Amino acid sequence: MAERDTRPSPEALLDAARQEGRGRLKIFLGAAPGVGKTYEMLLSAQTKRREAVDVVIGIVETHGRRETEALLEGLEVIPRQQVDYKGHRLAEMDLDAILKRRPQLVLVDELAHTNAPGSRHPKRYLDVEELVAAGIDVYTTLNIQHVESLNDVVARITRIRVRETVPDSVLDQADDIEVVDLAPDDLIQRLREGKVYVPHQAERAVRHYFQPGNLTALRELALRRTAQRVDDQLLSHMRSHAIAGPWAAGERVLVCISEATNTPGLIRYARRAAERLHAPWTALYVETTRTQRLKDAERDRIAEYLRLAERLGASTITIPGRKIADEIIAYAEANNITQIVIGKSDRPRWFEILHGSVVHDLVRKTGPISVHVISAEGGEPAAPRSVVTRPRSEPFSAVPYAGSTGTVILALGIGELISRFVGFQSVSLVFLVAVLASAIAWGLWPSLFVGLLSVLAFNFFFIPPLYTFTIADPVNVVALFFFALVAVVVSNLMAATRSQIVAARARAKTTAELYSFSRKVAGIGTLDDLLWATAYQVSSMLKLSTVLLLPEQEGGRLGVASAYPPEDRLDEADMAAARWCWDHNHPTGRGSDTLPGGKWLFLPLRTGSGTVGVIGIERDAPGALLTPDERRLLDALADQVAVAIERISLARGLAEARVLAETERLRAALLTSISHDLRTPLASVLGTVSSLRHYADKYDAADRDELLATLESEAERLNRFVGNLLDMTRLESGAIELKLDLVDVAEIVGAALERAGGILAAHRVEVAVASDLPILRLDAILFEQVLFNLLDNAAKYSLPGSRIDLRAERDGEVVAIEVIDEGPGIPAGDLERIFDKFYRVQAQDRRRAGTGLGLAICRGFVEAQGGRIAAQNRRDRSGAILTVRIPVPEATEISGPVAADG
Amino acid sequence: MANAYTVLVVDDEPPIRRFLRTSLTAEGHRVVTAEDAAGALAALAAEKPDLIILDLGLPDRSGFEVIKQIRIRSPVPVIVLSARSDERSKVEALDLGADDYIGKPFGMAELTARIRAGLRHAFQAQGELSAFVSGDLMVDLVRRQVTREGREVRLSPKEFDLLRQFVTHAGKVLTHRHLLRAVWGPAQQGEVQYLRVCIRGLRQKLEPDATRPTHILTELGVGYRLQLPPEQRA
Repeated sequence: MAERDTRPSPEALLDAARQEGRGRLKIFLGAAPGVGKTYEMLLSAQTKRREAVDVVIGIVETHGRRETEALLEGLEVIPRQQVDYKGHRLAEMDLDAILKRRPQLVLVDELAHTNAPGSRHPKRYLDVEELVAAGIDVYTTLNIQHVESLNDVVARITRIRVRETVPDSVLDQADDIEVVDLAPDDLIQRLREGKVYVPHQAERAVRHYFQPGNLTALRELALRRTAQRVDDQLLSHMRSHAIAGPWAAGERVLVCISEATNTPGLIRYARRAAERLHAPWTALYVETTRTQRLKDAERDRIAEYLRLAERLGASTITIPGRKIADEIIAYAEANNITQIVIGKSDRPRWFEILHGSVVHDLVRKTGPISVHVISAEGGEPAAPRSVVTRPRSEPFSAVPYAGSTGTVILALGIGELISRFVGFQSVSLVFLVAVLASAIAWGLWPSLFVGLLSVLAFNFFFIPPLYTFTIADPVNVVALFFFALVAVVVSNLMAATRSQIVAARARAKTTAELYSFSRKVAGIGTLDDLLWATAYQVSSMLKLSTVLLLPEQEGGRLGVASAYPPEDRLDEADMAAARWCWDHNHPTGRGSDTLPGGKWLFLPLRTGSGTVGVIGIERDAPGALLTPDERRLLDALADQVAVAIERISLARGLAEARVLAETERLRAALLTSISHDLRTPLASVLGTVSSLRHYADKYDAADRDELLATLESEAERLNRFVGNLLDMTRLESGAIELKLDLVDVAEIVGAALERAGGILAAHRVEVAVASDLPILRLDAILFEQVLFNLLDNAAKYSLPGSRIDLRAERDGEVVAIEVIDEGPGIPAGDLERIFDKFYRVQAQDRRRAGTGLGLAICRGFVEAQGGRIAAQNRRDRSGAILTVRIPVPEATEISGPVAADG
Repeated sequence: MANAYTVLVVDDEPPIRRFLRTSLTAEGHRVVTAEDAAGALAALAAEKPDLIILDLGLPDRSGFEVIKQIRIRSPVPVIVLSARSDERSKVEALDLGADDYIGKPFGMAELTARIRAGLRHAFQAQGELSAFVSGDLMVDLVRRQVTREGREVRLSPKEFDLLRQFVTHAGKVLTHRHLLRAVWGPAQQGEVQYLRVCIRGLRQKLEPDATRPTHILTELGVGYRLQLPPEQRA
């Protein structure tokens, strides 16, 4: 595989040469009959025909389907050859006729077909090979069940063995494979509608064959077989083009988790392997009945190892099962695992002989999957149990034993009743029922207790001589012995089943809790909400107090970020424990091996990239805080919280970076603006003044006038800019004090026009203010500034001599004031952005651009007065329309001169 | 103007004092300067100025205080210098008895026009003017007659009262408050919209283009001013 040579490999080139002069073979591969292979093939053929390729039909079975038949139109069909066989006339594909006709492309349906005896080749795929060898391209169809190597698998899946098979080499040599895919449900639907032709099969067999499960399996087979070929093709392509790796497409690594202390080593090995192969990897733990018997420390380790794998990027899964090796293989096969990593057992030989070895089973049964067996050496010492948990065994309770006694008494009564009709031997079965019931209800020990009581009761009340514990008949001794034996066995079996059910239920509950927690956490966008939700959830799930500590923004000192029940500080000793936990990334406090005397237990919140915080728990009751199961649940919750916290802080970091960048951009723009817009007029002023001073006697009156006019206009420009900066600063700092007054817009328009007189001198200004405008509630000064800026803007962006319109009219409940110019207009994408600070439309002729503040101020002022400002382009010609809309005040609407006399 | 008037310039900025002194001297006035409130009041007593130009931002005392002090001692016209965007202090200054204001920065043409208007009011007959002529507009207060382009204009009583205020104080800025009190009486002081509507009516009757008035000018945020005829401005 590690072919790093840059020359194409000789085999690949030979393969390519073999292709020369041959026709191309394309196989339409389907998972099952009826998915539409023939239809798809004809469709492709029609496309080819339209591309002027010479296409003929060698043989196509339409099975009378109308849509398929319609596709035959326009395609030349080579007549079939009639073959006589035992009195039957069979119609076969005429190979010689096709070879003689020599089309560019021939369609041959059903590649796996067996030819009638007496034909040139026994199988149709051999016909096809001859056609391809003769340089004719062939399109053909094939179902996956006919591929030889998959025949067994398919037979196992469908319980139908097909006799017509095609060697894998045909598939491998095909130039193209197209999978014709149809979802199982759709296929079954088609089957019901009678659209699938299935010859000579018993209906029951057909129904069995077309089960969703079967179809899914077949479909996967087809896709996988094709994917494998694609991989091979890719490899071949890379080889013949001397492309260096990674070649490993489709690799998947599985690491088997156990309680053995070398497991972390395995996990890291698997991770390295997966990284090298660029492959996804999975950590698997098979939970057997043995798991139930493991010590708590061992169970903790398993949970810890699974979390380690998850942190390192694996997906983790726990599956229940009986035989570890079988489950691993089943999982590996179902998930296309290519490499399995497992630890070498350090058990003695006798143990393996007795119990079997997972590793040996695995190696023997995995077939094409590589198994990496990693030595137990280098195993890490088991981490000391860092947190004391409550003993798992439930405290002794008399209730089950009382109940058990009750069942025995009940059985006794029933036994007395029926012993009158049947032999006393049968009564033992009633006692057996009591044993069974106790095992289901209360587990092993109560049921053994019932067994013992039953033996005694049976002996005392039923076995002659009655009412003694002596047994006269030796036969009854044997019967009693076997009864006792059966009772013990049944107790054990039922108790084991019960504990599995209990464990499964607990696991389901934990999973459900984790799921609902992660779903809640996933939707949360802010850190505060997340912390609050976490504290609340953990508290309510585990019934204890929770506190979350995170490093503070400044200084990074750990502080209480959230708690449930709400609490904003911890006492000094607990705070010290929390800090120790944060610094050393290790459980600290109550019940742990560090500062165990504290009230709280602190656990680090860890992610793959480090510790993000600390979670603390506390309960008023004395003793250990958590059961092992609760501890595992808490660990899982803590992991999820850690990841969520990390996610949110990353998002916040991004947002902060964005704000910073925006601030940076604005600061840069402000500097540019100030240095440009302040310096330019200052330069003119200084230059003009100094030249007037130095060359006063050389200027005539006209020159001097011109210079002085420049001086004046530049100074005015400077004044306007400073005014803008001031306005902007007031807006930004929120220092705008609105002095809302009832004002006449016409008056403000007049004032703005008056002030802008100099700026507008070169333009034709047309004013149309409706005479019946209502009085508006505005700040006259601010609004005049808005109009002034709009006029200034219009003058700046349109040529001297062009027309500027100022219109004001009532439009329903608003008064709309428009400033319309004949300039180039605004780029469509910038209609909103022109109101941004320091945004300037690039003037085409590089005339003096604006300061980029005017319109931003307009928006700020207009919105402060409850209005809206918008920009649009003119439809009738180039030019911009800036519209300010101010709402008409409701109560104080006054217009017309009537009120003037009031 | 033949006879020289004495103008007192009160400003703490030497460049402002310097260019005002130069310009006003060139205009033919005698210029006295002061750089703070104390100097201003001293100069008022010593120099008996005919007009005071007062900057509101003085180092030792507020400009408003100075106006009050001046008004206690003398009816001399006071023109206030203030920042352009500071309408409230303008109104306050006017209400305290200042005669006019001009926003910084300003041009000399503007200032000399204001000075003339101020001096004119101080030195013309102290009684009410009875007539006002500006371009095609003629107002005769005694006969209550207003003509535009020779044709009589019919005004409502309030419009006439308002116009009378303007003509009486032609060239001077009149605050909203002053006009409301004078025309509608003290009870209606807050109803500025009456004034707006009335002004609109006056303009529609007197101005050729009501949106670009040439007679009744708007002093935004402060009040209105009747523009003097060109020959009296220049």
